[in-house]
Amino acid sequence: MANLLDIINVGLFAAMLRMATPIAFSSLGGIFSERAGIINVGLEGMMLTSAFVGVVGSYYTGNPWLGLLAAVIAGGLLGLLHALLTVKFKGDQIVSGTGINIFAMGFTAYMCQIIYGSRGASATVTGFEAIPIPIPIIGDHTPLVYLMFAVAVLSHIVLFKTPIGLRIRAVGEHPAAADTAGIDVYRIKYLCVMVSGMLAGLGGAFLSLGHLNLFAWGMSGGRGFMALAAMIFGRWMPLGAFGASLLFGFADALQMRLQALGLLPPQFILAIPYILTIAVLIGFARKVTPPSDYKPYSKE
Amino acid sequence: MIDVEQKVKQFLYRFGTELQRVLPQTIAILTAFLAGAIVLLATGYSPLKVYSAMIKGAFGDMFGIGQTLTQASPMIFTALAFLFASKCGLFNIGAEGQLLVGAFATALVGISFHGLPAFIHTPMALLAGALAGGLWGFIPAILKTRFRAHEVITTMMLNYIALYLTGYMVNYPFKAPGWVSQTVPIEQSAELPRILQPTQLSASIVISVFMAGILQYILRKTTFGYQVRAVGLKLSVAEGSGINIKRTMVLSLVLSGAIAGLGGSGEVLGVHRRFIEGFSPGYGWDGLAVALVGGLNPIGVLLAAVLFGAIRSGGMVMTRTTGVPLDLIYVLQSLVIFFVAVPMLARFLKRDRFKWRIS
Repeated sequence: MANLLDIINVGLFAAMLRMATPIAFSSLGGIFSERAGIINVGLEGMMLTSAFVGVVGSYYTGNPWLGLLAAVIAGGLLGLLHALLTVKFKGDQIVSGTGINIFAMGFTAYMCQIIYGSRGASATVTGFEAIPIPIPIIGDHTPLVYLMFAVAVLSHIVLFKTPIGLRIRAVGEHPAAADTAGIDVYRIKYLCVMVSGMLAGLGGAFLSLGHLNLFAWGMSGGRGFMALAAMIFGRWMPLGAFGASLLFGFADALQMRLQALGLLPPQFILAIPYILTIAVLIGFARKVTPPSDYKPYSKE
Repeated sequence: MIDVEQKVKQFLYRFGTELQRVLPQTIAILTAFLAGAIVLLATGYSPLKVYSAMIKGAFGDMFGIGQTLTQASPMIFTALAFLFASKCGLFNIGAEGQLLVGAFATALVGISFHGLPAFIHTPMALLAGALAGGLWGFIPAILKTRFRAHEVITTMMLNYIALYLTGYMVNYPFKAPGWVSQTVPIEQSAELPRILQPTQLSASIVISVFMAGILQYILRKTTFGYQVRAVGLKLSVAEGSGINIKRTMVLSLVLSGAIAGLGGSGEVLGVHRRFIEGFSPGYGWDGLAVALVGGLNPIGVLLAAVLFGAIRSGGMVMTRTTGVPLDLIYVLQSLVIFFVAVPMLARFLKRDRFKWRIS
């Protein structure tokens, strides 16, 4: 018991913030997409691809910021692909998203072998260094963790305090009315799905450049789906989703510490975040209404 | 003479319409391979060499064909699983997890009973796989109908949980002596016969083809099948005409999971003869692509599974002989999905200029 209590300390909460970062970025991405009426189950694949591309960028330039830029562009491009397939060609949103996830799985493993000669992991690259701030728990993280706070607040402001946010929500809730009001529905949808991919890209870049400084096979580990659950838990509100991401981050941080203790077989502990995700959905999915019916919209 | 001419015209017309039906899929596959060729070129391989190694590996000799069909069998199960749930409007991406728990339950029955006659032991082991897979489909079904939890998220999470659950089982309570994470071999009485020695092709493929037939029958000829399709098409009459939507959804997902579970049983009883950790290279994901390319039709699935089985078995030969990473096949799969996912492509191809004009 003493052991169990020992792991609950400042370090655990700092780790919670770190583990929450990729989920928070992706769930904010999910919100932008779904507020504009497009489901994005491809967040997982966008994150994984960006994690890899970020490493490649840093590997060739030696600069993690350029790696980050490459990761965000990669996420944005996958977002563009998702938008093309679902908005322009009116393909099924879940089929397209799942295709992106399978693509990411294959593409990252393929390229990892081509560039680094190993399917399991890339070479170690220059990642982000922690920038200490004299505040406990919140201080002493990589810049991406600080950026997460900023993006969460900014997303809230953009979606709920600006004209563009109003347009985005109108496009999701009632595209025909938005169209009548002179809003370019398609443009908003494209923009939002691309932003969604770019945010997932930030999350992916954090996994590889802000955390391990390398790419490992399948390193997104279902976090894109946890992000979707966090988005629902947070009722499609940026700050709510951010809070939910902290919960998932806590489960992840706890999981790693419990593993280190070696009290239970690792498989049980590794399953905790996935079980928690389902538990969260059981508790909250029933009580919320999505912001859109996600039907493809055709201009007449 | 006129009669013959008429017949030829009729044949050509029918051939044309049949061709038209598979045209979008064929084009999707060809385009995917073309895009794959660009990936290969960009990474310094010769697409011609790679693809010919693939084709030779998959169909070049009896052994290759056997391996292709061996790879196709689990894909038929997982594709049918995806297909059936999708007919009910549900997106079951949990076939991988359902296959894993099915495989483990089958292995458990295979190793636990001794001295049973084969005609009892084998069906028992298969049933265990179907039940375990069905249970793994029942969980997201209940979460969907009672708690409105989206099945895409829950089935994905259950994939991970199944991975760790079976991983725990073969690393702790049921681990065979030695350093490999696997169970001891199943009893001989539970084994499915190998039907094309020396390849690993087993009677599992016979069961999978049989299963495709059963599903086709259920969907086309039974009340339950009609209900499933009505719910899937979100027909407004579905509820009004007395169909219990929730019950239909639950049954569909349970059946879907059971089919995927049987796929796991086939691997354990026919191919590996034990449960080995990580035996599935992603058959659940293969199934998704196979179902889409098969046009969400049980018979189409059989053809598409042979194609994807060939990509996988030929892919292994390709990796051995040309050094191209096997993960290329997932890139190809996703490309196929993208092109199939575009219904406008199909509509575009159905325009008049592609019709066989025979007046």
